[in-house]
Amino acid sequence: MQSHNTQLMPESMEKTPSAWNYEIRENNASGHTVRLSGRIAIETASDCLKQLTSQLKKTALPIYFDLTDITVLDDYGALVLFELKHALKIPDAEFQIINPPEAYKKTLSLVNFDFDERCSVTSGRMKNNIIVEFGAAAIEALAGIRFMIAFIGAIALAVVDVFKRPRSLRGHDTVTYMKTTGVDALPVVALISFLLGLIIAFMSSLQLKQFGANIYVASLVAMAMVSELGPIMTAIVVAGRTGSAYAAEIATMKISEEIDALFSMGFNPTLFLVIPRLVASFITIPLLTVFANFFGIAGGLLIGVVLLDLTASAYITQTIDALTIFELMWGLMKSCVFAILISGVGCLKGFQAKGGASAVGHAATAAVVNSIFLIILFDSMFAVIRSYIG
Amino acid sequence: MPDKPIIELSHLTVSYNDALILDDISFSVPAGEIFLIVGGSGSGKSTLMRHMIGLENPQKGHVFIETIDITQCSDDAFQKALKKIGVLFQSSALIGSMTIGENVALPIIEFTDLPKAVIANMVRMKLSLVGLECYVDHLPSEISGGMRKRAGLARAMALNPEILFLDEPSAGLDPITAAEIDELILHINRSLGTTMIIVTHELDSIFNLGHRLIMLEKTTKRIIAEGMPYELKTGSPHPMVRQFLSRRADMPEKQGKGEEVE
Repeated sequence: MQSHNTQLMPESMEKTPSAWNYEIRENNASGHTVRLSGRIAIETASDCLKQLTSQLKKTALPIYFDLTDITVLDDYGALVLFELKHALKIPDAEFQIINPPEAYKKTLSLVNFDFDERCSVTSGRMKNNIIVEFGAAAIEALAGIRFMIAFIGAIALAVVDVFKRPRSLRGHDTVTYMKTTGVDALPVVALISFLLGLIIAFMSSLQLKQFGANIYVASLVAMAMVSELGPIMTAIVVAGRTGSAYAAEIATMKISEEIDALFSMGFNPTLFLVIPRLVASFITIPLLTVFANFFGIAGGLLIGVVLLDLTASAYITQTIDALTIFELMWGLMKSCVFAILISGVGCLKGFQAKGGASAVGHAATAAVVNSIFLIILFDSMFAVIRSYIG
Repeated sequence: MPDKPIIELSHLTVSYNDALILDDISFSVPAGEIFLIVGGSGSGKSTLMRHMIGLENPQKGHVFIETIDITQCSDDAFQKALKKIGVLFQSSALIGSMTIGENVALPIIEFTDLPKAVIANMVRMKLSLVGLECYVDHLPSEISGGMRKRAGLARAMALNPEILFLDEPSAGLDPITAAEIDELILHINRSLGTTMIIVTHELDSIFNLGHRLIMLEKTTKRIIAEGMPYELKTGSPHPMVRQFLSRRADMPEKQGKGEEVE
């Protein structure tokens, strides 16, 4: 008998239990016998597959795998044998396993699978062509619009409900949301508008200085803050802070079936979840806007006094002269609309969430992106309307 | 059965904000055993398991996985200990943004260097072991709760761990699926010699699977029984243990099936 013997890792064999070994022997009759020993398991599988594939490439068939000396054979080991057969394209008849220890017979049977046969029942994700994808997207968009209309209707009904029975408004929740939406947002809104007022005053002063029209910095800051930047900046900050929180909160409740639970207990989910948030933001966002206006003007005042040599009283007088009640009310009206947009979109995106943890993140992102877009869109519409009414 | 302990707890004591949850828990589990942690709702079974897998650190006591004390070892040693264990969480804890196949492949890709195609076959093998080979490309949200549990089991077994921790593996499943899971647990235990630590209160599983059990009790927060299920059912000196194991309600305190207190 001619034997050619390949010893692998002879030292580590004794030291670590994870070692394995093999020996290829040419048979008297025909083919070769591969005598495997040691552990053919998860930690050796990769090495085993590599070594044997390269060693057996040119070996004459049939190949007999002798498993007599194997100490451990797990499913990874069984898979190695299976992969070997496939990689070397050995036909069934020429691939033999001899003397498998009794304990590992069942493990070996694991790899005798035929996927195609068993998996015809359920197919996973289908690959579609572009037209089907387009159609599916259109249908989804329509469903989204339908959902939105239904949502607006549900809000309208719930609002009517609240007017009929004021006690159905969840007062405690509303106060809590007023705190998180309004009070907690005040520091960041104040800081941002103060800096904004500072910037506007500084930038405009560079131009107005050339004409000696320093005092008009006050009018410019006041007008810009009160009619445009105050409402918009407040709305954007609140959309990022609160709109996303509303969406994430409701989306989490949706995917964990809490909303279904509320519904089955006889609560109206819209009345329970949306109306308190809507009311809270409708009250607090205009108030925040007032603060934003105030701090913006204060920022302008700082620049006016420090850099432009204006007196504080002159600056304030000019500011009061420039502003009209209409201007103030217009800005506040806008921020009321933004409030409804932010809380409405936040809640809507929450209710639309489907699936797992990623749905929550998606809802929060969609809420912020959509409400900022709608804020800008509505603001432009207001600008157009404004140009008509003078 | 080999008698070398693979897990050993010594004097484990846990309390949250002065509320005692577990008091002086000591036991050891020899390799290859199916070991059950049973007890009524709120008896601290899940807390005990969370400490055994190192998710939380106890106030007092030690947890040894083989020779590593996971309560006070280095990060490296802890990682080494983690490689030896697989955990099936009560809620399956599959990653929602990945398909079932990707969930099972995740640890295999990370901790072996097999080629992609081989890993794909391995994933199918693992999934066919739990009867989910046709759901490789489904998201966890697209399959039922029982299937998620089985997929979670497939992921826990992905690297053939020496110790499997199963938190209520058959709770919430239909009797047939539950029996299949029990069968599967037995098969894995026999063929791979995996040590199983199972938190459960399914009586069928307790008697079908358990080599040995400990029972926790919620008033004393201690182990009130330790031994073989059938022996304890009739032979335990503690009336509550006998009642629990024979599912009788005539007892001072209601025990049995219920939700775990968080």
